[in-house]
Amino acid sequence: MTELIIPAIVSSVVAFFTVYFTTPPLIQFLQKRNYTVTDMNKKGLPMIARPGGISIIAGIIASEIILYAFWQMNEILAIIITTSIAFVIGYVDDRKVMGGWFKPLGLVLAASPIIFLGAYDSDLAFPLFGEVQIPILYLGIIILMIPITGNTINSIDVLNGVASGFMVIASFTLSIALVILQNYEMAIISLPLGLVSLAFYKYHKNPSKIFPGDSGALTLGAMYGTIAIVGQVEIIAAVALLPAVINSFLFLASMKKIVEHRQIKGKPVEHTEDFKLKATNDQTAPITLVRLILAKGPLTEKQVSFQIFKLGIFSGILAIISAVLMGISL
Amino acid sequence: MMGLFVFLFAMWLLILVGGGIIVIILGPMSISGYGVFDWIISSGIKAVFAISLVIIWIFILLKIKNWIFRKKILS
Repeated sequence: MTELIIPAIVSSVVAFFTVYFTTPPLIQFLQKRNYTVTDMNKKGLPMIARPGGISIIAGIIASEIILYAFWQMNEILAIIITTSIAFVIGYVDDRKVMGGWFKPLGLVLAASPIIFLGAYDSDLAFPLFGEVQIPILYLGIIILMIPITGNTINSIDVLNGVASGFMVIASFTLSIALVILQNYEMAIISLPLGLVSLAFYKYHKNPSKIFPGDSGALTLGAMYGTIAIVGQVEIIAAVALLPAVINSFLFLASMKKIVEHRQIKGKPVEHTEDFKLKATNDQTAPITLVRLILAKGPLTEKQVSFQIFKLGIFSGILAIISAVLMGISL
Repeated sequence: MMGLFVFLFAMWLLILVGGGIIVIILGPMSISGYGVFDWIISSGIKAVFAISLVIIWIFILLKIKNWIFRKKILS
């Protein structure tokens, strides 16, 4: 038991406090260099530091290296390398406006260390029905998983604190599911994701002092996807991520093609006089999760964020039920 | 919000049912009689089956989405 508790405590403390203590100086550094963007949902349009992905990746790498010192597992190496590549892809996109192809293609590249390190099992486990062996198809799942989770988290990074807050809920759900499945080492390896998200949420929550940027969102999403694969909890991870998946699904179903947010002309949401968020009637604007939440009437940014968190908690409960059902075979 | 919770639950049920179809039908599927090409043909058929299932599931989700949210708008 000691061989599990000590790595868990040390890596958790390092993950949380690396982000907690490096983010304030990072905010100052970014503001001094004018690396800021406008917060469109606030009165006076304040300028907010970006990207916060730098402190997020620092927390992840520091904690996972500590875990690697305890257990020399290829799964940990896969998490470190894949997440780092995703961070670099996001950071490039934060600095330069890249084409729509850049992030999905880059994230396919980021998934390759999982394959080369052999840090996966090609059996796909489903609740109630057991496992299925799909050696060739599983490679396709690995290649698709990282771009999907990366871009899905990026797509919900639309309001103060939503991406990091949602990630706290989804990643702790994944850790609980891994404990239920008695995969204790992977549960500990997954803990830093929830803890860096929690520490970052302190600065990202409404009113934000820093935005994660593409580098932060892709880092969180890629690590989540990698844990799902190396921890063999792909289906549970998909269930916990459902509110963000719904957002992407509604967006694609209404736009009928893959488009970058900056290419969209119609506005799905506008502001009332007291700066509440309000759904528009614009037919050309995409249908999004936020727009649907606002369908009944205007809400503050904070209220919308909490509605998204409620959906996250609901899907987290469904994910934990799925983990319990993994142990039951029909 | 209720509509979104129902939609989430419907997606979860579809995942469970889809898993069952994959494990019961797709998993045991194998082809023989083509020598070294057996596994390629078998994987190809499984891939086509899986992609078809995903397309059918997206179609069902679109129907559910329209049904739930149209009801919400009418109310």
